[in-house]
Amino acid sequence: MAVDMNMKVLIVDDYNTMLRILRNLLKQLHFENVEDATDGTMALEKLRGDKFGLVISDWNMEPMTGIELLRDVRKDDTLKHLPFIMITAESKSENVIAAKEAGVSNYIVKPFNAETLKSKLVSVLGEF
Amino acid sequence: MPTRKPKAKKTPKKKKAVARVPVKTRKAVKVVDKVMKGSKGSAPSKESLFGELEELAKYIQNAKKEIFSLRPDEVKDDFLPTASDELDAIIEATADATNAIMDATEIIEETMSGLDGKAAASLMTATTNIYEACGFQDITGQRITKVVSTLKEIEEKIDGLLNAFGDGRPVKKKTITKKDKKVLSDEDLLNGPQSSDKATSQAEIDALLAGFD
Repeated sequence: MAVDMNMKVLIVDDYNTMLRILRNLLKQLHFENVEDATDGTMALEKLRGDKFGLVISDWNMEPMTGIELLRDVRKDDTLKHLPFIMITAESKSENVIAAKEAGVSNYIVKPFNAETLKSKLVSVLGEF
Repeated sequence: MPTRKPKAKKTPKKKKAVARVPVKTRKAVKVVDKVMKGSKGSAPSKESLFGELEELAKYIQNAKKEIFSLRPDEVKDDFLPTASDELDAIIEATADATNAIMDATEIIEETMSGLDGKAAASLMTATTNIYEACGFQDITGQRITKVVSTLKEIEEKIDGLLNAFGDGRPVKKKTITKKDKKVLSDEDLLNGPQSSDKATSQAEIDALLAGFD
């Protein structure tokens, strides 16, 4: 199935510069319908209020972290199948395992490049 | 543009020698051992026990003096908050610079949409590389935030130390005398960039300079 390039993508990070970087890189990959949130709570609110096709979230945020957001998403009947990519500087294997156990779709370690972002998007959404 | 000279490392100022007996932990342990052994074996005489305890008290007093000669109050009240502020200012400055870089890159991208072929492709690669490189701000920011929280932990530990040894006495702060104010070495003048809320504005500097005319 072809990827809907108009789908809404939610990017979540407490660093505004990172949000801007992600937005610009996604735009270069032709995903222009991008919304952002600066922590898990705000993200969850947005996810419950609209229809999104993908979440790309940082881990280390306050008050609600990325892993907590992921667990809440997977617990929510209407959101549980939403593709969720964790993008974080937390690179320890225990982090990756915890994220996998919580149901993450893929995991990107910061610093990352556009090629890695694209390959993870393809692995989660399919070729575009 | 002139290249900025690397900042010279500040050499710590020599403090006035405080007459004190350095505390050797091993010695203190020895005293405690003696007291403990005395209490286990034959009952020590009142005098010897008193003597040992007096010695132990002396060691504790010296330990307190040593700790306070390190000026933990200054470390807690001045050095650590200043270090935290400087680190916060680094995060802010790098965020500002990163945003400025991205502002410019977005303009290049917009302009690029009017181009085709090789030029557009190479500009696209260049802008992608710039966006990727801008990720440094997030990484350095996270690392600096970690250091700031470590400094806060140290601050709390020093607080605990001051409470434990402080006897509730307010710690006397070093007062700056007129003499101190006059003698400023070259090193004293190497303070690095000031944070924006404390920095002297260009207008204030101009006014100051005008005052010399």
